[in-house]
Amino acid sequence: MNHAELAENFIKDGERTTWHDETLWFVRKKRDLAAFQIPEWEALREAASQIKHNGLSHMHEYLIAFEEKATANGIKVHWAMDALEHNQIVHRILKENSIAEIIKSKSMLTEECHLNEYLIENGVDVVDTDLGERIVQLREEKPSHIVLPAIHLKKEDVGETFHQHLGTEKGNKDPQYLTEAARQHLREKFVSRKAALTGVNFAVAETGEFVVCTNEGNADMGAHLADVHIACMGFEKIIPERKHLGVFLRLLARSATGQPITTYSSHFKKPRPGQQMHIVIVDNGRSQQLGREDFRNSLKCIRCGACMNTCPVYRRSGGHSYHSAVAGPIGSILAPNLDMRKNADLPFASTLCGSCSNVCPVKIDIHDQLYKWRQVLVKEGHVPFGKKVAMRAMTFTLSHPGVFKTAGKMGRKMMGLAPFTVSNGLNPWYKQREMPAPPKESFREWFSKNRNGQ
Amino acid sequence: MDSRKYILEAIAKNQPTPTPLPDISAIAVVNYDVVDKFKTILEGIGGQVIEIKDSEDVIAYVKANFSEGQRVISTVSELTSVAETDWQTQDPHTLENVELNILEAKMGVAENAALWLTEPQLGQRVAPFITQNLAVILDKNNLVATMHHAYERIADAEYGFGLFLAGPSKTADIEQSLVLGAHGSRSMTVFLRST
Ligand code: SF4
Repeated sequence: MNHAELAENFIKDGERTTWHDETLWFVRKKRDLAAFQIPEWEALREAASQIKHNGLSHMHEYLIAFEEKATANGIKVHWAMDALEHNQIVHRILKENSIAEIIKSKSMLTEECHLNEYLIENGVDVVDTDLGERIVQLREEKPSHIVLPAIHLKKEDVGETFHQHLGTEKGNKDPQYLTEAARQHLREKFVSRKAALTGVNFAVAETGEFVVCTNEGNADMGAHLADVHIACMGFEKIIPERKHLGVFLRLLARSATGQPITTYSSHFKKPRPGQQMHIVIVDNGRSQQLGREDFRNSLKCIRCGACMNTCPVYRRSGGHSYHSAVAGPIGSILAPNLDMRKNADLPFASTLCGSCSNVCPVKIDIHDQLYKWRQVLVKEGHVPFGKKVAMRAMTFTLSHPGVFKTAGKMGRKMMGLAPFTVSNGLNPWYKQREMPAPPKESFREWFSKNRNGQ
Repeated sequence: MDSRKYILEAIAKNQPTPTPLPDISAIAVVNYDVVDKFKTILEGIGGQVIEIKDSEDVIAYVKANFSEGQRVISTVSELTSVAETDWQTQDPHTLENVELNILEAKMGVAENAALWLTEPQLGQRVAPFITQNLAVILDKNNLVATMHHAYERIADAEYGFGLFLAGPSKTADIEQSLVLGAHGSRSMTVFLRST
């Protein structure tokens, strides 16, 4: 199913859609409040973008430096070309240590690689420990948001899931009560499991350390109790120097949830005595994206989720409609790189309003890239006929002002005289929506009348 | 195929022309008093601040708020009368029943109420997470304004594990309702010491 079909499913429950929309907008507003308190916010974004660009342009040497330092620090570094190799490496480390049960903290990379499925098929029991991820795991769903994995669910849903799986009282949907139940359930896992897998937010070339940010403390509870810690990262997590963490840690949580910083920003530099620490550095299409001039900036992403929270399409279509590990505007740029045919619909799931680019802490030109992907996808023949005709018509109309004028007039007339011609099956925007009353005159008509009147 | 070689070659081929690093040395704008800011922010993220003169005040606090049977640990040697101070080499799993852990930080950041802790102050890496309640002693004059100032101080310090910790563990994963005490400590108190 494509984005439009999946979104249609999501918006069937109008009340829930509105809740989803408003809740994410509320998170966006918290981001604004946090950003407005920092007079140097724009300078920070610019610095972050430049640091990341420097990182991309020196990726080869930074990765080698990182590997050298990390190895000297006692960390074992692995390289994975693609998702399968990543999964095999993780599984091999577990097998070598005779471990069949692991705990995981949040890692969008492992979602991208479908690590859980792979490990489970190979007889390894996997428990996700981020509360939101645990909820969706118990429901056999996928996270719908990179920062707020269970944002598509209501507390009633969580109450029912916990009643079934953790034995909480039926009908109890109090978030405090449910969180406490998860705390008890997962503590038992933290103290008994021998291997912990975490993601990586930043990896520092200069020092060979990596930083993991959480609010819950789950990554640390896992990593510091386990005998084996495996950290997985896409190579683009590399930043040049330790002091650059100052820039990114100031931006990340403020952009994500409006917090001044996450509760925990853990700098892992060496394994603790007796512990094994592994880092798996993954490519999985990233080196290819690095070579696409128009799209390489997407590799600057620090996964804050701000572009999703602000996106009018994401907010009203839900993360699952993007059928990709990373949803929303940034996911729609990343996914076609991996599989153009399968993800050809995603760059079209946008109004190109540009709100995403405005909030992005590393100043990725998200909406421009979405527009560029559309052109690439049309050229490569991955776009269905109807959309192609519409796009051609749009390009034609926009580049011929005379046609634009007539088309607008026609449109307004058509809606007034025969609204059914606009609200038919060929016009997907009309589904679940009432078309607004057409304005009597366009801005263009209004402007020329008023200008002439002067 | 050697994946390392393949990945590095692909990157070398595809990376853009080099661009320089920005100068971030003067980026911070500090228009606040660091002590006031630290207090306001910590309270805003669910922590509490208690001003103290010396470790006697901490001892009094522990006696008033925790009972005999509750396990209290600390890395601060002056607190031996109320806390175990010899747990650093125990199996980390044995810390599971700790009710209160009292540490001392060498640096705090005003803009986000984060405290910088490395292994000598942590005792064990898991200690600030596994405890039900956490308290940290901090000298007022160890407050810096922003993260940039913090990393300037950390510079190229050597550590195995370092942590910025700000407030109690929390989650809002159920309908965005904030709940304190997700997996880490349920409460977070900073004893702010005047010197
Ligand atoms: S693209 Fe920008 S706004 Fe979106 S998640 Fe990445 S860093 Fe955040």
